[in-house]
Amino acid sequence: MLLVENVTKSFGDFLAVHEASLRVDKGDLVAVIGPNGAGKTTLFNLICGQLQPDKGRITFKEEDIIALPPHRICRRGIARSFQIANIFPRLSVFRNVQVSVLSQQRKSTILFRPAQTIAVKETRDILDDVGLADKATDVAGSLSHGDQRILEIAIALGNQPELIILDEPTAGMSPEETAGTMALVRRLAEDRGLTILFCEHDMDVVFDVASSIMVMRHGETIIQGSPETVRANAEVQQAYLGGAA
Amino acid sequence: MRQAIINKNSLLVSAGILIVLACLPLVLPKFYVYVLALIFVTALLAMSLNMVVGHGGMYQFHHGVFYGIGAYTLALMLTKTSLPAWLGFAAAPVCSALAGVLIGLFCVRLTKLYFGMLQISLGSLVWAIAFRWYALTGGDDGIHGVPIPDGIASLIPSYYFILFLLAASLAVMYLILKSPFGNTLRAVRDNPERCEAVGINVRFHQLVAIAIATFFAGLAGTLFVVVEGSVFPDLLFWVLSLEVFIMCLLGGWFTFAGPVLGAAIIVALRTFAGVYTEYWTLILGVILILLIFFLPEGVMGFLEEKFKARTQTTSER
Ligand SMILES: Nc1ncnc2c1ncn2[C@@H]1O[C@H](COP(=O)(O)OP(=O)(O)OP(=O)(O)O)[C@@H](O)[C@H]1O
Ligand SMILES: [Mg+2]
Repeated sequence: MLLVENVTKSFGDFLAVHEASLRVDKGDLVAVIGPNGAGKTTLFNLICGQLQPDKGRITFKEEDIIALPPHRICRRGIARSFQIANIFPRLSVFRNVQVSVLSQQRKSTILFRPAQTIAVKETRDILDDVGLADKATDVAGSLSHGDQRILEIAIALGNQPELIILDEPTAGMSPEETAGTMALVRRLAEDRGLTILFCEHDMDVVFDVASSIMVMRHGETIIQGSPETVRANAEVQQAYLGGAA
Repeated sequence: MRQAIINKNSLLVSAGILIVLACLPLVLPKFYVYVLALIFVTALLAMSLNMVVGHGGMYQFHHGVFYGIGAYTLALMLTKTSLPAWLGFAAAPVCSALAGVLIGLFCVRLTKLYFGMLQISLGSLVWAIAFRWYALTGGDDGIHGVPIPDGIASLIPSYYFILFLLAASLAVMYLILKSPFGNTLRAVRDNPERCEAVGINVRFHQLVAIAIATFFAGLAGTLFVVVEGSVFPDLLFWVLSLEVFIMCLLGGWFTFAGPVLGAAIIVALRTFAGVYTEYWTLILGVILILLIFFLPEGVMGFLEEKFKARTQTTSER
């Protein structure tokens, strides 16, 4: 479904992503792992169009998406969440999600009908699904950190994506919140038939949830394979898992 | 969650204010009616600016230009052509919107302050044309004695004409700001990056907002001609743009009707302090500084905040 081939991105003369490759098939739950600064977020930004690669190919459903601006890539069926909560802090929780639902339904330029009558059910359903329904009228900026992270995902769901990219969905969460969030992610994948690409620092979570794992270091792809393959790989053992796994 | 688009109290208050304003000419001396008409015109201008500034988060620093373009378009059509007057009233806002989109096409490529700076430069260009093109615009003299259509030529009918158009425009703006577009625009203001990521074409939405705002600015320009019967390059000068910007900040740029209040305060100050001199910009500067330090949410924002503290509702802006 998504194919990233030998993609390179440098900031000045610093190579943040160097010849990275990634393959995501329909229905997969792919994890990208790697130490801080490995280039995971940069790679996601390249896929979603926030950044332009210097070199390489990125195709989604057999179509080149490299030159497209972010909103067009989203329209093709890729939605994402951000590592640092990236919501609409001054709008209500309901409106936060409604913004992406309206965008998905191509209704965001309707001028003369009240917004409160449009896309209400779809927005409600998503809030119910992720468990934010009782906070629908709260101002998003006043939510707890954990809830803001969930809202992040809910906004991405509003786009009805085929592929959803989650950049450290559990960053800053307590162990319980982490477990709850990963359970949610897994459930969404099943219920909605979503394909998921995510990155995560907690190795237990990754090896538990992922169907395929891609390991990055210094912007390079070391290996991508099933959890067993990756666990058995000597280079990964020594470079990243510290031989402990 | 499901409520009427405007709550009953606001509707009653608006209707009440409208009735009072409609009755005022019966009791007020002519000069005050004139000042009120001027306030209405300026209020429409400030409201149009707030659509891009308060709701769109764009630093439209030179909004006065589009007011001027509207005014000049009408004045030129009434003086230099024999086309029917209503055509002038229709063409002026459209010309303003076209100019707004044209300048906007360049500005939306930049963000924040850079947007504002480019706007000032391009706007000043338009001002220079109005100032220099003597044959067409009358240069710094402007155009005087514009023949206003009979029905609205005298003060009292023009007052009602302007009040009607102000009320209608505010209703339309209110509807737009409550629409999916209005909500999306506020989302763009708060987080353009995220909007792009959920499939929203940010620049397109900004341009639509600019088109609507400059349309109403142009309409305000035509109403100015109705009140004054003349146009002059000062309408497109940066001082006026600054004034309008301050009206939005002063009234409360995160509120719907704040700019109307801001316009009333500034126009009244300017008229009654009798200080339309070099000192006026100085006074504006002082108001701006006081605002930034003491009332960052504007008068209306401040009052709403007070009111909310009592009623304990959560609020969006
Ligand atoms: N806009 C930028 N300009 C310069 N350097 C950047 C920029 N964005 C990222 N970098 C650098 O690129 C490298 C990779 O960053 P990136 O955020 O992709 O890492 P990451 O794998 O997501 O790390 P983390 O696990 O901490 O989120 C880092 O060294 C970072 O400092
Ligand atoms: Mg990262």
